[in-house]
Amino acid sequence: METILFSLLNGVIYGLLLFMLSSGLTLIFSMMGILNFAHASFYMLGAYFAYSFTQVTSFWLALIFAPILVGLFGAAVERWGLRKVHANGHVAELLFTFGLAYLIDEVVKIIWGKNTVDYQIPHALDFPLFELFGAQYPAYRMFILVVAVAMLAVLWYLLKRTRIGLIIQASLTHPHMVGHLGHNVPRIFMAVFGAGCALAALAGVIGGNYLTTEPSMATFMGPVVFVVVVVGGLGSLEGAFIASLLIGLMQTFAISISASFGDIFGWAGLSPTSELGSITISSLAPMLPFLMLVLILMIRPNGLMGTREV
Amino acid sequence: MTNPAIGLAALHKSFGPAHIIRGVDLDVTKGERHAIIGPNGAGKSTLFNLISGLFKPSEGMITRDGVEISGMAAHEITRLGLSRSFQVSNIFANMSVRENVRCGVLYSMGYGYSFWRNIGNLKTVQEKTAEILEKVELIDKADVPAVLLPYADQRTLEIAMTIAGGADVILLDEPTAGMSNSETERAVDLIRRATEGKTLLIVEHDMGVVFDLADRISVLVYGEIIATGKPSEIRGNPKVREAYLGDEADAH
Amino acid sequence: MTDNISISPVNLAPTSAEKFRARIVPLLFMVAILLVIPLFSPSRTAYSLLAAIGINIVFALSYNMLLGRGGLLSFGHAVYFGLGGYAAMHAMRAVELGESGFWSGFPIFGLPIVGFAAGALAGAIIGWPSCRRSGTPFAMISLGVAELIAAAGFMFASVFGGEEGITGDRMNGPELFGLSMGPLSDIYIFIAVWTFIGTASMYAFTRTPLGKLSEATRDNPERVQFIGFSPVRIRYMVFIFAGAFAGMAGAMAAVNYEIFTPDALSLNPSGFVLLMAYIGGIRYFPGPIVGAIVLTLMQSMLSDFTEAWLLYLGVLFISIVTFAPSGLSGVMYGSYTAVRQEGLGGSLQKVKLKLPAFTLIFLGMLVLIETSVRKSNGHGEVFEFFGLSLPFTSPITWLLIAGPIIAGVALLWKAKTDDQGDQP
Repeated sequence: METILFSLLNGVIYGLLLFMLSSGLTLIFSMMGILNFAHASFYMLGAYFAYSFTQVTSFWLALIFAPILVGLFGAAVERWGLRKVHANGHVAELLFTFGLAYLIDEVVKIIWGKNTVDYQIPHALDFPLFELFGAQYPAYRMFILVVAVAMLAVLWYLLKRTRIGLIIQASLTHPHMVGHLGHNVPRIFMAVFGAGCALAALAGVIGGNYLTTEPSMATFMGPVVFVVVVVGGLGSLEGAFIASLLIGLMQTFAISISASFGDIFGWAGLSPTSELGSITISSLAPMLPFLMLVLILMIRPNGLMGTREV
Repeated sequence: MTNPAIGLAALHKSFGPAHIIRGVDLDVTKGERHAIIGPNGAGKSTLFNLISGLFKPSEGMITRDGVEISGMAAHEITRLGLSRSFQVSNIFANMSVRENVRCGVLYSMGYGYSFWRNIGNLKTVQEKTAEILEKVELIDKADVPAVLLPYADQRTLEIAMTIAGGADVILLDEPTAGMSNSETERAVDLIRRATEGKTLLIVEHDMGVVFDLADRISVLVYGEIIATGKPSEIRGNPKVREAYLGDEADAH
Repeated sequence: MTDNISISPVNLAPTSAEKFRARIVPLLFMVAILLVIPLFSPSRTAYSLLAAIGINIVFALSYNMLLGRGGLLSFGHAVYFGLGGYAAMHAMRAVELGESGFWSGFPIFGLPIVGFAAGALAGAIIGWPSCRRSGTPFAMISLGVAELIAAAGFMFASVFGGEEGITGDRMNGPELFGLSMGPLSDIYIFIAVWTFIGTASMYAFTRTPLGKLSEATRDNPERVQFIGFSPVRIRYMVFIFAGAFAGMAGAMAAVNYEIFTPDALSLNPSGFVLLMAYIGGIRYFPGPIVGAIVLTLMQSMLSDFTEAWLLYLGVLFISIVTFAPSGLSGVMYGSYTAVRQEGLGGSLQKVKLKLPAFTLIFLGMLVLIETSVRKSNGHGEVFEFFGLSLPFTSPITWLLIAGPIIAGVALLWKAKTDDQGDQP
């Protein structure tokens, strides 16, 4: 019972972290049709920037400024890099972000070293919030929950209730028309790209000390975020939300199940000591999102709630 | 009674709540040149997409020579001898004019997805390609990359691709769109020559072209055909004048 | 035009002389190079490098069947390389065991055929669901499949050998052409022959109806339907061939290295082959060959000079994507036509600002990267550049970084305004 409850909580939090990451990617894809391969790299930059910040000042300043810095960097990348490549077609854009991810990975290794850095949870939040079944639940995880929900709320409000949100939504489906109406569409693109990167960075600031902060975190998180965005349905924030929670819960629960194939399919004659039989559910956990990806793309290419085909 | 080359029976097509084609009945006889005219948004391109297999009908039936083709895949319909052109030039941009047409004749010359033959050695393919290029008068530009062609030549290549496979039912979607008067005249002449003995279904806005080429005209308004008949009948039809022609027809 | 004289179809096609020049001569050139190399008595390292280049050439060309000639971007092509290699590895072991039957009489020299078959089979199975869509969904499915198979590679030790992989001994079985497959010169012949076979076959493929239809599908899948072909079926067939040739390259690697690990299935080599093909140039057939040569050299030689070679690779890739999307072969071809049209002097005139500009920027970046890497390592190492000692904190270092970069950017700016001024 306790494992289920804890897995539920952890799964939701991991899912929300995934959502913070994928919301930015969804916005960028919807707006510009580019699947930003480097998105997880901005997440990584957020974590590393926050780490450097916390070496000299407080976590709270890092929380505010790290995303802003990364967002500005993202906007610069769009303005001077991506925009230039746009003329060469969609494949070129995708490859540009692919190369960018590569570059950021290497530069991070040079600046901060190849090992894990000790980016820690701030003291103020490092206490057990409540006790459940004898185990203590850390406050920081609740903090993640709070920030993620707050971000979701702000995003929703911005998009659905403000004028700029309306323009962004219009640019999502009719960029030319919006341009004809007098809005500076390239500037909107730049702003959205920067904002998407800032959101990823925010996820990094919060998640970097919860998970680990190391140079391979981008290559680790990157593909999972893509799965979320594609499964949820490209262009749909609601879909990304549902998919994030789904995958977060699925992976968290799978990790806690140590049953093996042999245990489950023993009745069919599968021995638990055979190679196939000894594979446990928990060892499959990292693969599950990709299984979902392949299945969804085959069965329902629009994703769970996608409005347009990929 | 022989089967119509193309038969549309109670055809409906909706995209979600938008009911674009609202019950179209039409029989195009073999060898006929049939024009479809109507205001923008009437559903002319949708009709073409339905007949050529890009869309599936929501209701109703499409037949070719009496055989039902509604629901068949586009490439299967093409193999049955029905070919279409596009309003916006839909050619193979990175290949030369000759390579474009050569791909177009492959199926009719009996070469499927083969990977064991050298395409340069296929005599029948080479001959047919040359014949088509000569017919459309693009033979001097055979090695020009298609993307570098001037607009009117791209439209001509578009028509060449459509007739390359030797289809006997040809659908042309606004072939003279964007052409000057002299270019249009040449295009009409080309269309007449190229569709000799074949069934032609053509969508056009240029009334001169329509009244020049067509044996019969159908008028599509809001997804329904409000009139079908010989050009003289259509010209004088009050419903058509009200919905579409206005006083334009008097000028011809 | 009412001429009744029919134009002979041969007039349209290139003349035999042109065809020979454009198609056969490069292949003869390749054979010549392959024959001449051993005459220089290459060292052990050189042979090793040549083998790697040959394998990568076949691998990169197979990738370009998908990307350049099919318009399909795949992030998981190493799966077929890996599966082909593993199949060849298992076959090698079967030959070694000398069991009676099929494998005891199978020459190691012919193992690339096994790789070809395995790659084709894998392509047929995995391609079936993948090829229904193109563009981004195809790329995403390839990514998902790659991750799945890469993970499976570490799980099924009986097939993939776990982290250490599977080893084999290539000096077994019947000898073909008198080659025992032991000495490096034997292996060179093996690699050279199969590199040529792979290259020639893949080139021949581009000259078939399916090859042309594949290019047509890349350009315009909708129109392909209206010339009577199913784009899905075309993609599927090309996918199988691309997988087959990748498997062949994998088998070549299995014989060459006598070991195969699950790393070969992973995303890293999938990314690397993408880089090879794109940097070389996906538009022209020899592009991936150029890319394979350049990147293999970078991987083995550059890594001796600098730790940050991956970073340079990334910079090269991004530069190509941004400034030269037709790749190195495109640049070479463009320069060749430019020189032919305007002579050497005229062409140099055009790049007189851009070339030095890029060189300066690169210089500044090089100093920056090299000094940073050394600082980052924390061993106190100092970058030695043409006799100058450049520690991270020295002002000279920063001068050498900022100066050339600023100068380079200024030159680019001037080149841009000059270009704009030239326009009427």
